[in-house]
Amino acid sequence: MSDEKEKKEEEKTEIERLLESSRREFIKKAGITGAAVLAGAAAIYSGFRHEKEKNPGNMVKALTPDNRLVEIPADQVKGYKPGPGVYTLRGREGIKGKKWVMVIDLARCRNARKCIAACQGAHHLRPYEYHINTLIMQESENTPPYYMPKPCQHCDNPPCVSVCPVDATFKRQDGPVLIDNQRCIGCRFCMAACPYSARMFHWQEPKDAVADAGLTYNIELNVPQKRGTISKCLFSSDRLREGLLPYCVSACPNGVYWFGDENEDAVTNGTTKETVSFRELLKKNGGYRLMPELGTKPRVYYLPPKNRLFDVDESDLKNQDKSV
Amino acid sequence: MNTDYSKTDTGSHLDKVASDILRPVRINKAFLAWMTFLAVALALCLYAYSTQLRKGLIVTGLRDYTSWGMYISNFVFFVATSLVGMLISSVFGLGGARWIKPIARIAEIIAVGFAAVAGLVIISDMGRPERLPYVFMYGRVQSPILWDVTVVTTYFVLSLLLWFFPMIPDLAIAKTRMQGRPAFLVKAYGLLSFKWTHHPEQYKLLFRAVRILLILVIPTAFAIHTVTSWLFAVTLRAGWDSTIFGPYFISGAFVSGTSALIIAMFFFSKNYKLEKYIGPEQFDKIGKVLILVSALYVYFNLNEFLVPAYKMKKFDAIHLHELFAGREALLFWSIQLFGLLIPGVILLVKKMRRPVPMVIIASVVFVASWLKRMIIVVPPQGHPFLPMQNVPHQWMVYTPTITECAVTMAAFLLVIIIVTVLSKLFPVVPIWEMAEESEKESIEEVKQM
Repeated sequence: MSDEKEKKEEEKTEIERLLESSRREFIKKAGITGAAVLAGAAAIYSGFRHEKEKNPGNMVKALTPDNRLVEIPADQVKGYKPGPGVYTLRGREGIKGKKWVMVIDLARCRNARKCIAACQGAHHLRPYEYHINTLIMQESENTPPYYMPKPCQHCDNPPCVSVCPVDATFKRQDGPVLIDNQRCIGCRFCMAACPYSARMFHWQEPKDAVADAGLTYNIELNVPQKRGTISKCLFSSDRLREGLLPYCVSACPNGVYWFGDENEDAVTNGTTKETVSFRELLKKNGGYRLMPELGTKPRVYYLPPKNRLFDVDESDLKNQDKSV
Repeated sequence: MNTDYSKTDTGSHLDKVASDILRPVRINKAFLAWMTFLAVALALCLYAYSTQLRKGLIVTGLRDYTSWGMYISNFVFFVATSLVGMLISSVFGLGGARWIKPIARIAEIIAVGFAAVAGLVIISDMGRPERLPYVFMYGRVQSPILWDVTVVTTYFVLSLLLWFFPMIPDLAIAKTRMQGRPAFLVKAYGLLSFKWTHHPEQYKLLFRAVRILLILVIPTAFAIHTVTSWLFAVTLRAGWDSTIFGPYFISGAFVSGTSALIIAMFFFSKNYKLEKYIGPEQFDKIGKVLILVSALYVYFNLNEFLVPAYKMKKFDAIHLHELFAGREALLFWSIQLFGLLIPGVILLVKKMRRPVPMVIIASVVFVASWLKRMIIVVPPQGHPFLPMQNVPHQWMVYTPTITECAVTMAAFLLVIIIVTVLSKLFPVVPIWEMAEESEKESIEEVKQM
């Protein structure tokens, strides 16, 4: 019995010894590999840091939602599409430090209606649904008729905003009066209050309702349009955010529109791309605003139709009360 | 002096009055047939509303220029007509007029019906009615719509209480005299009479409560229609931009409300055989009230039209031309003549202040009052400051559609349903007050003997 026991113990120790040696071997090998990996990683990391310090050109500048300018490594930049909440949040706040202003030179308008077409295209509207409309104006019998493009006047004292019961239409810090069609209840009090007839209502299903069904609502573009709610000129706030001129301004072939920032005292012509002083432009040409006696303080200025380039077409005059 | 009061036994007066007034309070075939007719008509009109819900407000005649039409006019008219509750109960009631006692409850029923449905009418005008809760969730106090919602709701509640509180003793009187009426009605009377025992202390409390309500409802009534007028007066449009719109609307409201009350009085006195209570005296006096409020309204019309017409400012002139000699002239002058001046003059003749001529005159005034709201609301939108151009012809001229008329009709049907239910299931003339009056009369008769 005891022999057998001893034998077994010997066998056991044999196995143990074998195991022990392999364990030792393993630790030894693992240690070497680990050290190598660590060294390699350290080398790569230091190389990376070195590269990083050596080459700051791979950084990109980005503007955070709270308007801070920061730098981010180019390889870490990911595409970002704002959700509806972000659109509405930033859309309601506006662009800090700006005071958008428009100047319309009545001497240059020949009723090309390119501004209207561009606007209706951008905002998915029918030909008779207007954010901007060109009217034939005649002050009195003996004064000559002239064409007058009429967008929303983006009043600084907007009667439409005062009467809105649900804060659907609102005035932004940078000037534009916008409409939130996800909030609008369709009471049309703002239409009754607007002296410039600048607002439209979606009496029926909007033109592109089916095609736009999946789109995220952009409050600065007011697309997708919604039945039973108000729509209106937005000063192309979506374009302003991208640093571009409004749709109507860019589309004009005749240099009618000047658009810019009152704070910078600079307006740019949408056709010639010439930039001039806003105040100088008004001063030289006798700029004015529509119906200033109402106290609405529009942000749209007009230059009188003096030395006009085009006469009002008689046929346009005749057609003005007919259906289109 | 030895007066025999035994002839003036309270019980016998009460029995007589209660049996007279409770006679029509029952659910009979005529009532069921009438309610069925109303329900079917309402269903048809609601179908029209369902097409509006499906297709949008395109089914109305409203477009970008005239964006408020029949619905808003009808809303103004309903709010206006509901003011008669305050006029009769508070102005004349607190003034101590005894002749209004039999008709005060009818005036309150009209107030409740029209105020309740006015809220629904405004919803029918909304582009997105499902967003109504937004008014409470995101409401902005600077918008007159918020003021309107607040005061119309308050007025409805006060009017409902003014209908109900003075009826509590009646329900207690009636609950033991309801043989042959449905069990649910008897049970409802029992519940709603709140263990009323006719204790003097209970009457004291009731008088106090009603008095407080009568006083509170005066500023509320003025507020609802003043604020409704401000929906227009706060805008810059020629024709709406007026500083007297508040009182102009209120005086007009008294005209339409009084005419509605006269029609209802005629109907109840004939159909419910209550001529003994709603009699010549009531018609004569309410006829005089209509003269008074018409004169007041003429005065405000004079101010509203003559003053701008004297100056003829550019856009006021366009508006006034339209009304006086233009597209709206026929309607405008018809309303002023047949709905205001001529009725006021005719009613000066005593013979004309009798039920039949009165109900004819009141019907004309009622219709004219409704049209007057249309002429206040619609034309000022037809000539905006800047010309209407490059839109389809339909967008420039407002013509109400059949759908719109049907939805408006639905509102009237709802008012008639409310008035029918409140007047048919509950005593339409106050029993205890009438018994008291009849008792006083016989005491006076005995005294004179």
